[in-house]
Amino acid sequence: MGRSLILLAGLAIGLAAGVGGYTFVYARGGSYMTNDPAACANCHVMRPYYESWQRSSHRSVAVCNDCHTPADPVGKYVTKARNGFWHSYAFTTGDFADHMRATPRNQAIAEASCQKCHADLTDALVGVAGETPSCVRCHGAIGHPFGN
Amino acid sequence: MKSGRLVALTAVVAAVAAAGVTALLVNIFERQQEGRNPFYRVVDLTDETEDPAVWGRNFPFQYDSYGRTVDQVRTRYGGSEAIPRVATEADPRSVVAQSRLEDDPRLRTMWAGYAFSVDFREERGHAFMLEDQTYTERQTVAQQPGTCMHCHASVYAPYRKLGDGDLILGFERMNRMPYAEARTHVTHPVTCLDCHDPVSMRLRVTRPGFMEGIRALKASEGVPDYDVNASATHQEMRAFVCGQCHVEYYFKGPEKRLTYPWSNGGKADEILAYYDETGFADWTHAETGAPALKAQHPEFELWSQGIHARSGVTCVDCHMPYTRAGGLKVSDHHVRSPLLNINNACQVCHKWSEDELVERVYTIQDRTYQMRNVAMDALLELIADIRAGAARGAADADLTAARQAQRRAQFLLDFIEAENSMGFHAPQEAMRVLGLSLEHTRRGQVAIK
Repeated sequence: MGRSLILLAGLAIGLAAGVGGYTFVYARGGSYMTNDPAACANCHVMRPYYESWQRSSHRSVAVCNDCHTPADPVGKYVTKARNGFWHSYAFTTGDFADHMRATPRNQAIAEASCQKCHADLTDALVGVAGETPSCVRCHGAIGHPFGN
Repeated sequence: MKSGRLVALTAVVAAVAAAGVTALLVNIFERQQEGRNPFYRVVDLTDETEDPAVWGRNFPFQYDSYGRTVDQVRTRYGGSEAIPRVATEADPRSVVAQSRLEDDPRLRTMWAGYAFSVDFREERGHAFMLEDQTYTERQTVAQQPGTCMHCHASVYAPYRKLGDGDLILGFERMNRMPYAEARTHVTHPVTCLDCHDPVSMRLRVTRPGFMEGIRALKASEGVPDYDVNASATHQEMRAFVCGQCHVEYYFKGPEKRLTYPWSNGGKADEILAYYDETGFADWTHAETGAPALKAQHPEFELWSQGIHARSGVTCVDCHMPYTRAGGLKVSDHHVRSPLLNINNACQVCHKWSEDELVERVYTIQDRTYQMRNVAMDALLELIADIRAGAARGAADADLTAARQAQRRAQFLLDFIEAENSMGFHAPQEAMRVLGLSLEHTRRGQVAIK
């Protein structure tokens, strides 16, 4: 009796794991662990950003993760997990604006990324006159012309 | 027993999790399928397929949004409000838009003696273009020609039928008919085949008035024999298909040929110069005898002078912006004011908040409206001065000069008044045109005083 119940429980858990595993593979879950920009365009809403990045000056020096995730490995995967969850939530429910805007947290990450590579230039500007101006205020189309 | 309960609980949790994950799996599958198939060809469409519902079977998202042009929503200076009315046999409409004449009675004076002084309402959406024209009171006070159908009905198929396959011949034949007779040849307001090729779905121009008008405009810019359907780029077409109708026009000669007066160029004063050269007048002003002109919704012309046109941003980019339908990107066929759709219409390029963007538009429109009112008050003073001049027996030469000034001032003012963006399509150009209107009014008042 006890044995068959444990078998049944095992079956249920296995079933959930199997379906979950299949879904993970089908949805190309593994690709999100990589740095490949194509993974970000798994969802078609990202296609215009991906395609315009391919035509931008940054295409040969920076991929999505270089600008949109923090440089440290822990922060990088925390950000991926966080954004991944909310993106999945939005696309599953369909509840999001057609023209997406970065959250303040994600804006700050992108801003830090500009300053990471362009420190030679930006160090001279940061904090000079009170509030530091945002790089993308003027260079909005620099990473991917679509969607600024 | 305790382990039995634990197992049951585990099984329930696992089952719920499995169900949830399966639902997610199906959702991902659906989204991927949506993204894969732009459309399914359910019916074959031809150049004779007038009924938009048939096109809608192939393009359900576009058809669905096209149907929403029945919406009546106000903005500060445009849009329409649903005003209930008692239907009569002559006019079975139970809802109309608000009267512009009641909002601004000065318009009655400006258009005295012309049908527009009897009935002029805010325009409703595309869905009502044919119905509202069929039943406007303007039909009862003046004999309108079949030419009107060019832009108030889907005429592509009817023209070709009337012309035995020849679009231009059908256009000429319908122009000569009385309105009521022409009305029996048309069924739909603007529909899919007016702007789309039924096989390739490419944008196309189907209106003879625009084909001839843009040829004249291009000739004035040094481009001879311009064929719009052969030469225009896709992005140009996204403005030209709207410019087929949202333009200034007149009916030329006894054959009532619809003509876009662009052979001197497309600016308000260039159009006015064309009318002065040809000596055309829409009507004789009832209070002053001036050979007056009525400007009609010159959205295409004003937009052409603005920064958006210069940057390659067309009508469709703001009035029919891309929208998401499931996993698909489609252009929104619910043609409407961008003010009602800021996220899709403006924020693609302008990354400021909705409130900020609306505020910018209203700043432009408030300023234009103020100047429009100044120019209108001045025009009414001129009209009063001409009446007074005629009453006291002023010299014919002075009266003629003042009437010419009224004609010009009035046309330029009406150009901005009739244009449906309250200056937004080209703010500085709108102010320039209103400034020119005031200059003509000033000259007229000097001539008669």
